[in-house]
Amino acid sequence: MRHILSILLENEAGALSRVVGLFSARAYNIDSLTVSTTEDPTLSRMTIVTHGSDEVIEQITKQLNKLIEVVKVIDLNESEHIERELMLIKVRAVGKDREEMKRMADIFRGRIIDVTEKTYTIELTGTSEKLGAFIEAVDRTVILETVRTGASGIGRGERVLKI
Amino acid sequence: MQISGAEIVVRCLQEEGVEFVFGYPGGAVLEIYDAIFRQDKFKHVLVRHEQAATHAADAYSRSSDKVGVALVTSGPGATNAVTGIATAYMDSVPMVVISGQVPSPAIGLDAFQEVDMVGITRPCVKHNFLVKDVSELAATIKKAFYIAKSGRPGPVVVDIPKDVTQQRAEFRYPDSVHIRSYVPATRGHSGQIKKAVNLLLEAKRPFIYVGGGAVQGRAEAEVTELVRSLNLPCTNTLMGLGAYPGSDRQFLGMPGMHGTYEANMAMQYCDVLVAVGARFDDRVISVPSHFLSQPKKIIHIDVDPSSISKRVKADIPIVGDVKLVLREMLEQLKQSGQKPEGAALEAWWKRIEEWRGHDCLLYAPSDELIKPQMVVQTLYDITGGQAIVTSDVGQHQMWAAQYYKFDRPKQWLNSGGLGTMGFGLPAAIGAQLANPHAQVACITGEGSIQMNIQELSTAKQYHTPVKVLALNNRYLGMVRQWQEFFYGTRYSESYMDALPDFVKIAEAYGHVGLKVESPADVEPALREAFSDKLKERLVFLDFRTDQSENVFPMIQNGKGLDQMDLPPHMRDIQQVPFENNRDYGNMC
Repeated sequence: MRHILSILLENEAGALSRVVGLFSARAYNIDSLTVSTTEDPTLSRMTIVTHGSDEVIEQITKQLNKLIEVVKVIDLNESEHIERELMLIKVRAVGKDREEMKRMADIFRGRIIDVTEKTYTIELTGTSEKLGAFIEAVDRTVILETVRTGASGIGRGERVLKI
Repeated sequence: MQISGAEIVVRCLQEEGVEFVFGYPGGAVLEIYDAIFRQDKFKHVLVRHEQAATHAADAYSRSSDKVGVALVTSGPGATNAVTGIATAYMDSVPMVVISGQVPSPAIGLDAFQEVDMVGITRPCVKHNFLVKDVSELAATIKKAFYIAKSGRPGPVVVDIPKDVTQQRAEFRYPDSVHIRSYVPATRGHSGQIKKAVNLLLEAKRPFIYVGGGAVQGRAEAEVTELVRSLNLPCTNTLMGLGAYPGSDRQFLGMPGMHGTYEANMAMQYCDVLVAVGARFDDRVISVPSHFLSQPKKIIHIDVDPSSISKRVKADIPIVGDVKLVLREMLEQLKQSGQKPEGAALEAWWKRIEEWRGHDCLLYAPSDELIKPQMVVQTLYDITGGQAIVTSDVGQHQMWAAQYYKFDRPKQWLNSGGLGTMGFGLPAAIGAQLANPHAQVACITGEGSIQMNIQELSTAKQYHTPVKVLALNNRYLGMVRQWQEFFYGTRYSESYMDALPDFVKIAEAYGHVGLKVESPADVEPALREAFSDKLKERLVFLDFRTDQSENVFPMIQNGKGLDQMDLPPHMRDIQQVPFENNRDYGNMC
């Protein structure tokens, strides 16, 4: 089952590689990983999307907690949460495709953020599924390049991950 | 007053009360070596290979309650230490390894003797540091010691670039350490402990399974009180040997792949299992599915939450320091004033005694060939069970664990988790330095000893009079045993051709060498080795043992605890499923 883990860790050199190394050393999966500093510059926040049985996820959580730099780990799946991913997608936009791409971007609430005579670059945010749906929806042959951040997640409502 | 980074390192080690640093100099750590030269609070032990520095520091720690310290240079010096670091990591031994690094401006430029030590050791340390600024040096070393010995102990590497050892700073050693992201568990949850107590009191077939955590956590008194006060049967794993006295009636021997018949049967057929600082390793329970095919409730006490429910789901997990948890358990038991049901426990013991009655460690004695088991038994007799015993890895290790009865913790030092050949001799040196008045014996094989035989030189330099017992069967014995069992007796590369004359080797290093070829000579040779005359000398005993002897019982991969390959005298016993036994119908 797909799980989304949110990790608060010390913003120190090497902390990220320790987390990633743990996944590879113990043969766990990383589907996506996003990381950046938080409002507190001494802390980083990492979102890891992974999959596995409940036992595997429990082990991953425990092993992550064992890392010295890891302050807290929560499994966002355990309660209501919101997740978003950003995708930048560059598409060919000539002839009839140009108008079609504009329409598609509007339908998916994307924004065209760069325009050339032949291309559009569209910014899209949403769940991973929504971004996937956009790729499915457009003609594959017009896609020139995509770049996705991987999911970032946060608990819904009053629930916060803090020290 | 400002002092150099190298002097700061030395001052930190002094502040930590370090007695010995095991190491090997080199370009990147010369400043530190110079600072060591100019002090006399701790001694430096020059090993002959950095792997031995880490093993000696490790065993120094294992045989005492202190943190072992190793010091190595950068590049190859650092990578040579990795095997010893991984060994300590697998067995949760507190150790601090200081490695030199090329000067900061050279890092990342493929400088001479540069290696990413922090990167290389990351998967096999509890934590590691690269010190970038001399002002952080003292606090980092303080943290390293704190992390190494607190919670579930383990090795910590501090990598220090050469220029940091040359820069100057004020020396301030912190009194305490606070790391917000690292708060090791101490006391277990009282509610969980209560549940455990109740479950234990209801048990009809209880069993206590004690691992290395009880040795590292110094919980031997609590383990012993729990086992004795409730008249429970108990087993110590390879790493837990000595946590409960090995010569006691309530001790059933070691469990697992080469465990005793009675310990494995009890482990399989108990109804309540209390795991104390043990982690259900594959060498102990074999396959979880078979282990759990007999219903049992599991109480698991461990300081490391990730060890709980890793291989086997615990019914009552208790995260905490084993000593503190057991104390609270004993307190609650006292308050309840209850004992397990006497009749059921008596029946359980009766069954255990039947299993024990088969005497699974019996072996056929011989007048012609030296039986390796007999060498270990004779060592036990001659040392009165008091020696500190180190071992390498292989058949000799298992015989040492089976036939030397360890009555106290920290008396048996071996590489249980990683299974490191070459551990025994440097470990014996480290243990002897930590325990100068103890008798230290290294039980090894002719294969293992050659992986770090150069440490005979270190033993000479530091006058560590350890007794090396090589059980020499001219084979990589455990490999040969497996090839015999699983590979159609095709002894591919397990035969140690072109063996050296170990007596001459010992003599060349300035020690005493004794070759023992007949069973009748085993005891006299050991008596001589441990005699007052040779008290101050390292004695290397080369026992030419029976080449065909195998370690029994044995559990093959994928088989269950009650599916042991038994020694010849037990092959005819009927392995009746436990439930079908009439006498115990009421217990199941």
